Amino acid sequence: MKVSITVNGKSFNHDVEARDLLVFYLRDTLRLTGTHVGCDTSSCGACTVHLDGHAVKSCTVLTAQADGRSITTIEGMADGDNLHPLQEGFREEHGLQCGFCTPGMIMVAADLLERNPNPSEHEIREALEGNYCRCTGYHNIIRAIQYAASHAVAA
Amino acid sequence: MIPSTFDYKRPGTLAEAIQLIKDDPGAKLLAGGHSLIPAMKLRLNASPTLVDISRLSELNFIRDKGKFIGIGAGATHGAIATHKTITSKVPLLAHAAELIGDVQVRNVGTIGGSIAHADPAADWPAVLIAADATVEVNGAFGERNIPATDFFKGFFYTALGEGEIITEVKVPEPDAATLRCAYEKFAQPASRFALAACAVQMSLVDGKCTNVRVAFNGIGSFSYRATAVEAALEGQAPSEDAINLAASRACDNADMVLSDNFASEDYRRHLASVVCRRALNKALA
Repeated sequence: MKVSITVNGKSFNHDVEARDLLVFYLRDTLRLTGTHVGCDTSSCGACTVHLDGHAVKSCTVLTAQADGRSITTIEGMADGDNLHPLQEGFREEHGLQCGFCTPGMIMVAADLLERNPNPSEHEIREALEGNYCRCTGYHNIIRAIQYAASHAVAA
Repeated sequence: MIPSTFDYKRPGTLAEAIQLIKDDPGAKLLAGGHSLIPAMKLRLNASPTLVDISRLSELNFIRDKGKFIGIGAGATHGAIATHKTITSKVPLLAHAAELIGDVQVRNVGTIGGSIAHADPAADWPAVLIAADATVEVNGAFGERNIPATDFFKGFFYTALGEGEIITEVKVPEPDAATLRCAYEKFAQPASRFALAACAVQMSLVDGKCTNVRVAFNGIGSFSYRATAVEAALEGQAPSEDAINLAASRACDNADMVLSDNFASEDYRRHLASVVCRRALNKALA
């Protein structure tokens, strides 16, 4: 089937199979490999992207479901050479070790900050419920998000 | 993991969707897809046709209809958790919606999809039973209104017939002045599904519990109304003894008590009374 999807502001038209999953469309067809496949069972959150502005797990969304809609991936967060405040936060606060979970963490945190620009630590922890990090113990990820909240210029 | 092949159809209206599932009895409805797609990826389900109803505006609403709050089957858990009508008028639903899955799941998962799937450990069933909600369905048999209490009939099994679509969940508006409600879940730590969960809604009038409604998720092969707990508390002042006695009846109405590698039958029975006591205490605090 034919789909027309806007990804990071750019429009794409492709012929896909109905069973194609969005995460593989992004990674294999568009070569946007910043979105990761961790568990492939909608548990770990590494594949989180924004669908019409809301964080979703792209391993559990059909490419067909994104037809006519707008996707933002980690590649769409920086403004040219200027990092998004969340990306800057993860760098400044050492919010990653291996980095595998980081794109998903940033995308879910961006969804949180969109709804709640000044979250409490508890609210940040709640927002990360669907994202696993197996390295950091989460503390620096939370600091990274706090950094972004306090340094955000209307992103 | 990739699902086996299927045809994808996206009807523009509810009437078209009903026609599509009438014409093709093997077709499955796709809403948020957060139960169906994982099952298809694991090849536990291989429907030849998916009918995507997630964009039907007829199903996507939350509306105060006077005597009841109407929630379209396509409303997401996230929308329900934050909608002002829900948080102010039926807070039990808002509170429970916040505990479903995680942010990403709540952004796409729908109330209609969840109750059609009828996972015995899902959150909506007991909440809708305790809130005395009615499930409106449409399709092969015309419009039908089924009380939530009669909707859940077995393990992943509901009163929804073949060729029918859930269209709306109707939740009576309780009297805000006397309303007491709570939802307590003891979640499986990885999946966040309920090992045991209890929904409570009642009125506290002149210091006495009235119209007590209590229901459980995660205990039996389907969610059930706990009339034994309700009867133990109805008309009583909410003393510690009355609450403990009521909570001891938590499993009386269960068809069975599940036992799996996360919780044995005995442990689940124990958890049922614990979440019941916590829910009652929280509601009446």
